[in-house]
Amino acid sequence: MLDTAINTKQPISTTSEWTFELIQEYDREIALLAKEFGLDTYPNQIEVISSEQMMDAYSSVGMPVGYNHWSFGKQFISVENNYQRGLMGLAYEIVINSNPCIAYLMEENTMTMQALVIAHASYGHNSFFKGNYLFRTWTDASSIIDYLLFAKNYIARCEERHGVDEVEALLDSCHALMNYGVDRYKRPYPISAHEEERRQKEREEYRQRQLNDLWRTIPKMGDAEEQAQQHRFPEEPQENILYFIEKNAPLLENWQRELVRIVRKLAQYFYPQRQTQVMNEGWATFWHYTLLNELHARGKVTDGFILEFLQSHTSVIYQPPYDSPYYNGINPYALGFSIFTDLRRICENPTEEDRAWFPDIAGSNWKETLQFAMRDFKDESFILQFLSPKVMRDMKLFCISDDDREKEIEVGAIHNEEGYRELRAKLAGQYNLGNREPNIQVYSVDTRGDRSITLHHTQHQRRPLGKDTSEVLRHLHRLWGFDVHLHSLNGDEITASFHCPELGRDRSEDEESMLVPKPI
Amino acid sequence: MSYIVDRRLNGKKKSTVNRQRFLRRYKSHIKKAVGEAMNSRSITDMGNGEKISIPTRDLNEPIFSNGRGGHMEQVLPGNKEFVTGDRIPRPGQGQGQGSGGSGASDSGEGMDEFVFQISQEEFLDFMFEGLELPNMVKRKLAGNDSFQVVRAGFCNEGSPGRLNVVRSMRAANARRIALSGGKRRNLKLLEKELEQEETKDPALRDQRKVDQLRLQVEDLRSRIKRIPFLDDFDLKYNLLVKQPRPSSKAVMFCLMDVSGSMNQATKDMAKRFFLLLYLFLQRSYEYTEVVFIRHHTSAKEVDEQEFFYSRETGGTIVSSALKMMRDIMRERYPASEWNIYGAQASDGDNWNDDSSTCHKILIDDIMPHVQYYSYVEITPRDHQALWDEYRSVEQVFPEHFAMEQIVDVGDIYPVFRQLFTQKVAA
Repeated sequence: MLDTAINTKQPISTTSEWTFELIQEYDREIALLAKEFGLDTYPNQIEVISSEQMMDAYSSVGMPVGYNHWSFGKQFISVENNYQRGLMGLAYEIVINSNPCIAYLMEENTMTMQALVIAHASYGHNSFFKGNYLFRTWTDASSIIDYLLFAKNYIARCEERHGVDEVEALLDSCHALMNYGVDRYKRPYPISAHEEERRQKEREEYRQRQLNDLWRTIPKMGDAEEQAQQHRFPEEPQENILYFIEKNAPLLENWQRELVRIVRKLAQYFYPQRQTQVMNEGWATFWHYTLLNELHARGKVTDGFILEFLQSHTSVIYQPPYDSPYYNGINPYALGFSIFTDLRRICENPTEEDRAWFPDIAGSNWKETLQFAMRDFKDESFILQFLSPKVMRDMKLFCISDDDREKEIEVGAIHNEEGYRELRAKLAGQYNLGNREPNIQVYSVDTRGDRSITLHHTQHQRRPLGKDTSEVLRHLHRLWGFDVHLHSLNGDEITASFHCPELGRDRSEDEESMLVPKPI
Repeated sequence: MSYIVDRRLNGKKKSTVNRQRFLRRYKSHIKKAVGEAMNSRSITDMGNGEKISIPTRDLNEPIFSNGRGGHMEQVLPGNKEFVTGDRIPRPGQGQGQGSGGSGASDSGEGMDEFVFQISQEEFLDFMFEGLELPNMVKRKLAGNDSFQVVRAGFCNEGSPGRLNVVRSMRAANARRIALSGGKRRNLKLLEKELEQEETKDPALRDQRKVDQLRLQVEDLRSRIKRIPFLDDFDLKYNLLVKQPRPSSKAVMFCLMDVSGSMNQATKDMAKRFFLLLYLFLQRSYEYTEVVFIRHHTSAKEVDEQEFFYSRETGGTIVSSALKMMRDIMRERYPASEWNIYGAQASDGDNWNDDSSTCHKILIDDIMPHVQYYSYVEITPRDHQALWDEYRSVEQVFPEHFAMEQIVDVGDIYPVFRQLFTQKVAA
């Protein structure tokens, strides 16, 4: 079968109209090639949808089932608006890290675009989801859809029982802290929805017992001595704020804790995606480029096809320079694609420079090297490891240093011999989530006193907190139920403090508003 | 192997719930925008959708983020002229910043508006939310074009599509049990006898009897088998019956002064008021008829087009319109069947002796039969005799009569809301 497919020199299609048979045909050809190149994938489920459905998918972060929340509605409205006014085209594809891997094709696309999406999503992203260590350890592709369904139903039940407003308010608060609902170092257990439901019952009872212990106020005999050598609670600072709230917040009802948990689980599911954007997109782009070109080389597609493909491919990987009006940060597609392409070049046609920089991989088998690069890295380490001088030169990268103690911005390393290493390290640092998001941890809880919770923000290069901080604290206050303090530390020195309710304000006002949902 | 699924026929409005949640959350913003839109719109596009804009900061979903300040390092693409060590003045911020981390405030806070379109339907929903025609009490079976299909048990005849499988099978089962009852009882007896006979010692067994019994058992079994599994009269069908739906019929009388004293601007405001009313009626009640009466010295019943758009002038005798309304009511809209509403707009000018006539007609012939009568006076000037006469009517029928004054275009919508605000049952 493999031989006959390769030997026929007839193009699969000659027009830009697509049909289900043709999609099937392309998929088969691409699958054969992908196998030849050693891509290991989950089974594919390719769904053809209309543009309206694409907008639906967009606004629910691509998930086929999601719970209801106004913020998704807002997302939908803005997508719909922009699309109708022609401000933006819809993405070619959405692909979901699940098993089978679900990819959406839009019915408006031409045959070429459909083939591009199949190669990009169903083989590129798919093999990344299956291969990369972050996805392998942190997410469970086979159970995510089940879990989403559980979450949707659970939240719908809560809405029936406790009212839409109350659920909405709680979800708002959880969303505000979503990025702080992630375990960065511990691996969570993958569990099925059925199991989840069973455990949810167990948790309810357990939590209540634990809480009662923590917040016990009846004095025990001989308590005085114990109090004297008070333990700090928690003993270690906690980075997973939502987890801490789920387990320890004194006033939350059981269903509220479950909601916190759901948001936390979703955050955890998306966490690897946020850490591998460059790699993931770069990998998928590299493979659609390689696969479709190979199809062309074998005479499976026409010249017209490949021209149309190249046209959209180049616009995907276009990187506007920093001073262009279109500049909007570094394009992850462009950066990732350049690195992977250059890796292949280093393996196949190494130069002297490459041998000096990459002695291990220069001249090695490119398929294996690329697989290795895809499997065992995340953006930060990937760039640190594989960004070659040639890519830095091609993209003309340079580093600027903006210190508010200085009058002017200083240009640091640029794309020359002295600058390569520093530039590479700086760029890698830019993709370290720890640097991009403020580092905020639960520091202590006053268990014996006013039950207030104190958080510490450890500044990175003296960067202060943004302007939303006090609003986020109000959300945290809603979850915690008692006073919330946040200290921003530069070294050991507190440079700024935030409080909710604000110090000196009449407290009763604030507590009244606590449960009343309103746009904050 | 990949599965290719065609999902295009699946529902596409998955986000509708979320969209509604969004509208619900920002109701107050949208209502404000709708109110403003009402006043600035021209008459012809009263009922279109509307662009709503909400300041982005109200929609913001806050998260912890890094602020400006401190030491920031950034890698940028597309270097053209810089080499290491170059110093560039800070773009955008001319003034020097104070030292320390907390100084930097975003002066250019994103004041972008989040703009989106709501449909005509949604626009009208917001516009007329909480309004109702007061005192809608009489409910009548109106016409025969409104039916409701309800389930009414089961019947023995029907179309195959309505077949109720469970009921049919149950009936069949019952019939089979009933028809075979006696035979099965016999069968049981015979089987028992046969068994006794067979367990006997071979020497004592009566072979002839055994054979005979076997034959009988066979015969009974085949007879029981011959009872049909499903028979025609087992079939049961779901029965659906049509029920006429009672509905409230309402008629609205729109009375407008088109006399010479009404200048173009006043007429325009009156038209707006009626348009608003008209939209409201069309929307709220399916069976609403509208009667348009315009008057100067004499009244005339006209159609919608003429009422709003044709020009005519002359003196003013308000009672002519009221008389006409009274006659039409008697003729076509018996108060026993119809909920009758009246709305009148005028600039307050009237032939001097006529105002008392108006008072009399209203008190004697109109007010006892109508659910609600509203009067708007569009004038920036002092009130004249008509206003006072109407005041006294209001005192007699405080529940059923309302009057308001409109001075400029901006008043129309608030006054309209005031007149038709939903009254919570006391």
